[in-house]
Amino acid sequence: MIKKSISYRIFTVFNYFILTLIALICLYPFYYVILASISDPAEFMRHNGLLLAPLGNLTMDGYKMVFKYKLVMSGFQNTFFVLFVGLVVNLIMTVLGAYVLSIRDLMLRKPLSIMIVITMYFSGGMIPTYLNVKELGMLDSLWSLIIPGAISTSNMLIMRSAFLSVPDSLPEAAKIDGATHLQILNKVMMPLVKPTLAVMVLYYGVSHWNAWFNSSIYLRTPSKFPLQLVLRNILVDNQMGDMMVDIASDRTPMMQVLLKYSLIVVSSVPIICIYPFLQRFFKKGVMIGAVKG
Amino acid sequence: MELSRKKKEKTAVSIAPKKTYWQRLGRDLKKNRTAYILFIPVLLYYLVFCYKPMYGLIIAFKDYSPYKGILASPWTSNFGLKYFLSFFQSVYFGRLIRNTLVISITSIVVTFPAPIILALLFNEMQAKKYKGFLQTLTYLPHFISTVVICGMIRMFVDYDGFITQTLAKMGVVDGTLSLLSNKNYFVAIYVLSGLWQTIGWNAIIYISALAGVDQELYEAARIDGANRWKQTIHVTIPSIMMTIIMMLILRLGSVMSVGYEKIILLYNAGIYDTADVISTFVYRKGLLDADWSYATAVGLFNSVINLALVLTANKITKKLTDMGLW
Repeated sequence: MIKKSISYRIFTVFNYFILTLIALICLYPFYYVILASISDPAEFMRHNGLLLAPLGNLTMDGYKMVFKYKLVMSGFQNTFFVLFVGLVVNLIMTVLGAYVLSIRDLMLRKPLSIMIVITMYFSGGMIPTYLNVKELGMLDSLWSLIIPGAISTSNMLIMRSAFLSVPDSLPEAAKIDGATHLQILNKVMMPLVKPTLAVMVLYYGVSHWNAWFNSSIYLRTPSKFPLQLVLRNILVDNQMGDMMVDIASDRTPMMQVLLKYSLIVVSSVPIICIYPFLQRFFKKGVMIGAVKG
Repeated sequence: MELSRKKKEKTAVSIAPKKTYWQRLGRDLKKNRTAYILFIPVLLYYLVFCYKPMYGLIIAFKDYSPYKGILASPWTSNFGLKYFLSFFQSVYFGRLIRNTLVISITSIVVTFPAPIILALLFNEMQAKKYKGFLQTLTYLPHFISTVVICGMIRMFVDYDGFITQTLAKMGVVDGTLSLLSNKNYFVAIYVLSGLWQTIGWNAIIYISALAGVDQELYEAARIDGANRWKQTIHVTIPSIMMTIIMMLILRLGSVMSVGYEKIILLYNAGIYDTADVISTFVYRKGLLDADWSYATAVGLFNSVINLALVLTANKITKKLTDMGLW
């Protein structure tokens, strides 16, 4: 090993320290939320500043309230519906579009590609899009969260470059054997683009999981709200509805805070548990997207 | 590969008897029938959900009423520009442009260099496992939904939140009100929380660029007597300069588009003065006040500016490298 200078050694110590600090800062707010969700609410309200350990007697009251709250449960249901049905629609549409636009001898390939790429740069914008969904009669239906977002153009372009990277000789050989385009797509291409398909599942899946804005403008009936919209109403707009009625009024504010922290934990812990295993797929997507947007 | 194909096509065309474009197209539609059939749902999607709303933009030039529909609604005065002119003359115009630019440029200045520095620091870390562990921790905020992030920010900066209370102990703020109720703090809250959300994830692209730097360059620099710091200045940074410049140009191309989601979740009527940007204004005017035509006009104005900026940015990056965005 090459001898390191003293200044570089000092730098290395400093570097480990600062990087550890940055990582802790990224982590700490979530740690704080977890502590707050199990601390005694009265003690928590009296406390000011940072927390390192839970305060007072541990309590699960916040979680009990969360799981008793109907809208949270229906929110999970609606989100899973939109997630699964939406994913099926997303994948079918994206694969179809990407595959056809990757067939090199298609005469209309260029004009169709241009027509699609234009939509990445210019769109009708918020109001005409809303009026369009309204005209189509999709307001207050979960389909309004699935159909208008069936394709993300940037995802389709990533998928297309996966198809383009398959050597020409493979589909051509199938064509000589008399395969139709649908057969080529199914039997030849799909097995070869599985890694990119996994990236698509994650990208579309995360965007469905996180989406709240469209549901806030398209949906009216609370029982149809997906989880993120329910969270918005509670965390941001403080709409607690009927869930505080059986709590003594002097305890209401502290129970509200406890509920909010517990709700954050319940809604985010699934993601926090799985993201370390999924991150390499996401990173892959970042790299594909950067090479060819 | 591509070149030889073009050559082949050319010779094929010159040998075969000349056909018109439409004849060739007819044959192509027949030959690739199944491909075109597969594309029909995609085409319909783009027509109904992308191009129809673009057609819907003409309500910016009309007095749209949902009862009359787009076609029957009358054109506005001043050659259809009434709503554009009334926006340009309103007090909102200057305020929205200023806020959009202030939020956007502050974000760039703070959040653009940070991931580069983080990537350089990670690059100097030798312990592989520990490095991977720390990196994974820095991605965490990226995976949490905007609603939850904003819910957390709101609680942390509330009058009794830990950030407000910690700052109050240090004497920076008085700690009796939510920091979000003070219009002077909004940009800082927005930008710093954005830094926290994106620093780890945005470093990925630079970390992988750094991994691709030719190790022989370091060897050569070492032989020339360059220490680690000099190697960073003369080898590492020049090697990733292209990536940095490309990312910066792309980022500058979106300087006039500040996303509405996070702002809608964080702001309140008391701080519109510094927090309201063009997209949130369009949202309020259009979807909350049902002032359809006016909001569409403001949105169209913003889209056109964004388009011009993005196209300029693309042109510049294309000039800088053969690999454009298209």
